[in-house]
Amino acid sequence: MHIPDGYLGPATYGTMFGLTVPFWAFASWKMNKTLKARQAPHLALGAAFSFVIMMFNIPLPGGTTGHATGTTLIAILLGPWAAVIAVSTALIIQALLFGDGGITAVGANCFNMAVVGGLVGYGVYRLVSAGSDRLSKRRLIAGAIAAYVGLNASALLTAIELGIQPILERSTSGQPLYAPYPLSVTIPAMASGHLFLFGFVEAALTVLVLKYFQKNEPGML
Amino acid sequence: MTTVKKLWICIGVLALLSPFGLLIPALFGAGGAWGEWSLEEIKKSIGYLPEGMKRLGHLWGSPMKDYAVPGQPGSPARKGLGYMLSAFLGVGFTACLAYLLARALGRKNK
Repeated sequence: MHIPDGYLGPATYGTMFGLTVPFWAFASWKMNKTLKARQAPHLALGAAFSFVIMMFNIPLPGGTTGHATGTTLIAILLGPWAAVIAVSTALIIQALLFGDGGITAVGANCFNMAVVGGLVGYGVYRLVSAGSDRLSKRRLIAGAIAAYVGLNASALLTAIELGIQPILERSTSGQPLYAPYPLSVTIPAMASGHLFLFGFVEAALTVLVLKYFQKNEPGML
Repeated sequence: MTTVKKLWICIGVLALLSPFGLLIPALFGAGGAWGEWSLEEIKKSIGYLPEGMKRLGHLWGSPMKDYAVPGQPGSPARKGLGYMLSAFLGVGFTACLAYLLARALGRKNK
């Protein structure tokens, strides 16, 4: 889901930076108001977790790979705005040091995985878990559904950004200038893996960690 | 042991296990992620390299591209070790950056 350099034209990656920066600014403002200095290690943990979990590529046999992002889990444990900052940090390090995701696509990748993944995941979690006890089963079910929906929202957005490139950016001879596949290819390709496999992995991971917290660290929920 | 310490150990274990994230897909004959092909792969699958891709594709030279030690020959064991090293380095850099950000943003709140 990490869009590399060269896949998005300037109109798209510029727009995506334009969309992401206000969310970064609001998340920073929010943390400026609410984050306590002693919580800094929690944010560092969340960011590190997101980084390392994205290294676990899961194969579709004979096909491509995908991975969980941990975004919804972090949003549930630390709040959606902390998740935006934590996952964005991981994505920026991935782009700078490891070439996973492009420099021009940092805005797009952070918007897809950190902003939309985190806010959609958190919203669904709050909706499904509303009124339940923090140690209840319903919280776990809410976490699973939220993680599944959050990751798929990120994947769908990525597919749309890639798929509109042949419409937006063509050379004078009509050849695509950037990502060459149309929406009719990108959406099924991205959605299938995430709907049938990677979304369930993200859900399972989220439930597993939430269950650990319910059992051992209920005070942190 | 504090919760934070326990969770750091979990992250360390995940980093130790990270080579599975490289080796298991190889075992199943799965390639990279969809839509994250190299320029060579793109050229092979559609027959040409789009102009803009050629221009922007190599904009940034990452020091450890694809979570590998640069110039390292490609036996699976070495690739796995390079991947693990990347996991530890990445976790370290990410945690430091996030920590500094959090300290800077939340500095006035006790």
